[in-house]
Amino acid sequence: MRIGVPRELYSGEKRVATTPEVAGQLQKLGFTIAIEAGAGKLANFSDDSYAKAGVEIIKDGDELWKSSDIILKVRAPADDEISLLKDKHTLISFIWPAQNSELMDKLAATKATILAMDSIPRISRAQKMDALSSMANIAGYRAVVEAAQHFGRFFTGQITAAGKIPPAKVLVIGAGVAGLAAIGAAKSMGAIVRAFDTRPEVKEQVESIDAEFLMLEFEEDGSGEGGYAKTMSDEFIRAEMELFAQQAKEVDIIITTALIPGRPAPELITQEMVESMKDGSIVVDLAAEQGGNCKLTKRDKVVIKHGVTIIGYTDLPSRLAAQSSQLYGTNLRHLLTDMCPDKDGVITVNMEDEAVRGGTVINNGEITWPPPAPKLSAAPAAKKTDAAPVVAEIKKPLIPVAIQPYVMMLAAGLCLYGLGTVAPPSFMSHFTVFVLSCFIGYMVIWNVSPSLHTPLMSVTNAVSSIIIIGALTQVSSEGFFPVMLAGFAILITSINITGGFAVTRRMLEMFRK
Amino acid sequence: MSEGLVTVSYIGATILFILTLGGLSNQETARRGNMYGMLGMTLAVIATVLGPEVTKNTWLIIIMMIIGGGVGLTLAKKVQMTQMPELVAILHSLVGFAAVLVGYVNFMDHSIIFATPIEKSIHEIEIYLGVLIGAVTFSGSVIAFGKLSGKIGGKPLLLPGRHLLNLGLLIITVWLCDVFLDQAATGGGTYPLFLMTLVALGFGVHMVMAIGGADMPVVVSMLNSYSGWAAAATGFMLNNDLLIVVGALVGSSGAILSYIMCRAMNRKFFAVIAGGFGTSEGSGPSSSAEQEGEVTPVEAEEVAMMLTDSKEIMIIPGYGMAVAQAQHTVNEITKALKAKKINVRFGIHPVAGRMPGHMNVLLAEAKVPYDIVYEMDEINEDFPKIDVSIVIGANDIVNPSAQDEPNSPIAGMPVLEVWKGTTTVVLKRSMASGYAGVDNPLFYKENTRMLFGDAKDSLDAVLKAINA
Repeated sequence: MRIGVPRELYSGEKRVATTPEVAGQLQKLGFTIAIEAGAGKLANFSDDSYAKAGVEIIKDGDELWKSSDIILKVRAPADDEISLLKDKHTLISFIWPAQNSELMDKLAATKATILAMDSIPRISRAQKMDALSSMANIAGYRAVVEAAQHFGRFFTGQITAAGKIPPAKVLVIGAGVAGLAAIGAAKSMGAIVRAFDTRPEVKEQVESIDAEFLMLEFEEDGSGEGGYAKTMSDEFIRAEMELFAQQAKEVDIIITTALIPGRPAPELITQEMVESMKDGSIVVDLAAEQGGNCKLTKRDKVVIKHGVTIIGYTDLPSRLAAQSSQLYGTNLRHLLTDMCPDKDGVITVNMEDEAVRGGTVINNGEITWPPPAPKLSAAPAAKKTDAAPVVAEIKKPLIPVAIQPYVMMLAAGLCLYGLGTVAPPSFMSHFTVFVLSCFIGYMVIWNVSPSLHTPLMSVTNAVSSIIIIGALTQVSSEGFFPVMLAGFAILITSINITGGFAVTRRMLEMFRK
Repeated sequence: MSEGLVTVSYIGATILFILTLGGLSNQETARRGNMYGMLGMTLAVIATVLGPEVTKNTWLIIIMMIIGGGVGLTLAKKVQMTQMPELVAILHSLVGFAAVLVGYVNFMDHSIIFATPIEKSIHEIEIYLGVLIGAVTFSGSVIAFGKLSGKIGGKPLLLPGRHLLNLGLLIITVWLCDVFLDQAATGGGTYPLFLMTLVALGFGVHMVMAIGGADMPVVVSMLNSYSGWAAAATGFMLNNDLLIVVGALVGSSGAILSYIMCRAMNRKFFAVIAGGFGTSEGSGPSSSAEQEGEVTPVEAEEVAMMLTDSKEIMIIPGYGMAVAQAQHTVNEITKALKAKKINVRFGIHPVAGRMPGHMNVLLAEAKVPYDIVYEMDEINEDFPKIDVSIVIGANDIVNPSAQDEPNSPIAGMPVLEVWKGTTTVVLKRSMASGYAGVDNPLFYKENTRMLFGDAKDSLDAVLKAINA
């Protein structure tokens, strides 16, 4: 099938749905790929680089839509593009079906099949196609870069000849993918980073990248379905706001990433908090698209209020267009790989596949959104409390453990005495040799290095062929049959002797520093 | 050569053999140790041939030794390092067989005069025991060889009432011993001895058949031990102290190895011998251990990127590396990574592979320097500092359920705690479970990536991507 990648029409959108590298990999799956001229320009991918990767460059956008079966896009299609959408098409892009019911109706009317990258369920297997996480990661990183751009000081602390520079203090609210990316970026620039989240289980993740996790003295778990957060109780929010108010006075930069799926962003940074911040402080609001976590955020704008710069960009991934195109393109490739299991360039919309099912919002004109609730596949298996209780099989030892060794020694001693009373002296002298040898063996073998256990076995094997001595003394016996048996014993023990020593030697030769 | 000189030679050989085993305490002295062993063996054989007991048929000795020596050398030259367990097993069987032969010849020799009847009885018991241990060693080793070389399936064969069967065989052996002693006193006894040999052969087969593939290291070292005891029993029979000493040395060596292997798997020695690992225990509760997670597969290129981006790498080889013959590629990767100033180490579990020390030999063959190869106890605490652990064809030895799942058949077995590292890459052919038949929750952990495919192909691809 033929994949078409049109130029993004949305103003300010610099991303593109495939890169030359990804295009090359897609062709390995059997697809042919065409791209609209100049589609990758804003993300610094020239038409030439696409052409080199075997992608056909098509000047006319309409022509591209007509000749393609699969359309890969970043933004949801605009009205002009919807008019080009036919029933043969499969469109894959961001759609946001929950917020755009009107768009959904229009798309359904075209009878096309639409997959929304934002609706791919967050299950472990679909992580590789989770474009939201990819974009959130970039947004988190870029948020720190934007903050650094507007912040008048270093992030890292230094003691220089010209005086001491205190490190910047950064508070990240919401430690999801974006939050963690922001923490990592700020940390690596040398700032002191604190983070807050309503979900206690992210504490470990925050601490794993060396940031401080702010705890509330409050018992409530904010984990919702699919790894997202949920709305918290009033008391919790009050405690939380107190914490923020106190932190606002201390920190230089606040990055907010708090979002609850399908709801306006919670207001976390009030006007008073902004006023209490030091002059020159920064607030980066990653929730600006959903109304903002900060009261004073202006969507897509940078505003300065009460001496605090408030950044409300909603296009942070697009501001790192080459990177986000690369990751988004790879997410798309993973999705197409799953949809094209035979690598023959033909995709099938398998509604049994949980990831594809979640992503498919319109199947041949039929709205299939929302999907059935996703199963939390990564969750640990529920503990079966009704499982038969394990019967503790603690048998009481017959003899108390403390005196066991003595009892054993006593028993062994008695056995030996028993033997001594009946056995003739010649046997006992051999027996003495035997027991002493066992002890020598015991002492020597414990010193053998574990890495030499295989050579030890092959050499002991060769050595145990000492049994050849027995056969040698018997070869002079009377009678044909015993002589032949002894001869045969000599033969096989010789195999063992030479084989065992030679192979040990070969192995030991190989051990070198 | 007089009797005295022969005895002196034997003493010399004994000392040389002890030095052989002592030499194996570290790599530097191991080669010298092997030399001592050869010297000791040569000394013992020459002294015996020139001694008073060999009076004729010297030509037969020479011919047999030349043929045997040739075969042995060829075997040692041709064998691949991955086939070492099989070779060791089949060589054990030869010792067992020789013990049986020597026992029979000794039994047929009626020239020995005994001072008292009790001495005669003791001698007969010695013959009986020598043949018994030899026969068990022989048939057990042959089966072990079959299992290790894949000629016989690795699954334990569990006959109904196998413990009763073993007990029955033991009782029959004791009873036959009684019959044998009665008949031997009057000059007979061939039939009971022959019957017992059959029973012992059957017992050896049954014993090893019932042991699962994961317990193979224990079996191999146990058979090693048996071959020693067989030699010792023969020594008693022939009144030869050299045989007794060497047999005891080898026997205790094998016994200690078996003990070390059992401890490494947290298994009772008797339980291994009784057989049936991973099949009977924990039948009910183990269902709660069923995995519901999903695995995260990766491509070779991504693995290469992860490797080059890390500072501390731990490689955990298992039997899968031996099967795929991937040890050379592993060494190439190690070299490439070390050239990039990445610290690469190897973590070896005591029971990795099918024989004690199997992995060390393979890595040595691939010329991996032995000072970056560590034992489990040396490195297990380092895992939290490891960026990437690569598990190559190993399963049970990295299974976290040994620690978290009290009902697991491998519960309590010491394992390499790879999951404590940042990322674990597991190379595996498929999602099949390990030899122990236990599911491995490691594969479903969030920080685990699965690289499916033949270990050698996958690693070749990784190496290519690292060098690219």
